[in-house]
Amino acid sequence: MSKKTLTIALMDPPYESENLTTAFRILDVAARRGYNINVFAYEGASGLAFVRQSPHPNPVHGKDVAEENHPTTKDQVAALLAEAEKNGGKVDWVNCGMCVDERGVNEFVPGTRRGSPADFHTFIEASDNVLVIPTK
Amino acid sequence: MAHYLLIESRDPFESNDVGYYYDLAKGLVEGGNQVTLFLAQNGVLSARPSAQSAVLGALARSGVTVLADDFSLQERGIAKLAEGVAAASIDVVVDHLAAGYKTLWH
Repeated sequence: MSKKTLTIALMDPPYESENLTTAFRILDVAARRGYNINVFAYEGASGLAFVRQSPHPNPVHGKDVAEENHPTTKDQVAALLAEAEKNGGKVDWVNCGMCVDERGVNEFVPGTRRGSPADFHTFIEASDNVLVIPTK
Repeated sequence: MAHYLLIESRDPFESNDVGYYYDLAKGLVEGGNQVTLFLAQNGVLSARPSAQSAVLGALARSGVTVLADDFSLQERGIAKLAEGVAAASIDVVVDHLAAGYKTLWH
């Protein structure tokens, strides 16, 4: 099978919706297959790759940071990029510029970049298929 | 004939929009298209034998391939599936995307 290029648009912010769990599962499968992946992180999803996210302890349960092992979306983004590279694919992860400015989240995981809806249009034209995952 | 993948993530007990999405699947099949309905997240709640599951059986009989995300089923403790519904891995979504199915998320 020839290498495919898939584009996925995300809109949900970190830590709010199960949509992101499913989205990362889909992205993980594509990365393991070595597909080229384009992600347009729009609206709240522009915070997924915000590099200043940090895991927290859970004092209510008496757990420190390591014991709590709280996942961050920035680590999930970084893991996606690494998995794709390991399998010969590449990820072009674009964070909507106006969205990150509005939210003050314009410091990104290395390997992701700032962009605009014009990038999404370019992605669509260059992809074998597109999946848009909207907010509810 | 076009090929469609419709992903339903919403709980049919919470959102009446789900019924319209099922209608879309039925209409597309009746229009001569090939349709897969993939239930995910709370969308799988209708896959448990219940008051909401008869419509899935009807969709399957009409020619819609009805699949339920195995991860979402496991999370919700759903082991027995309604008539016409089969469990499937998330790989199915990537398979359909790679094959060029027109893919919608609800």
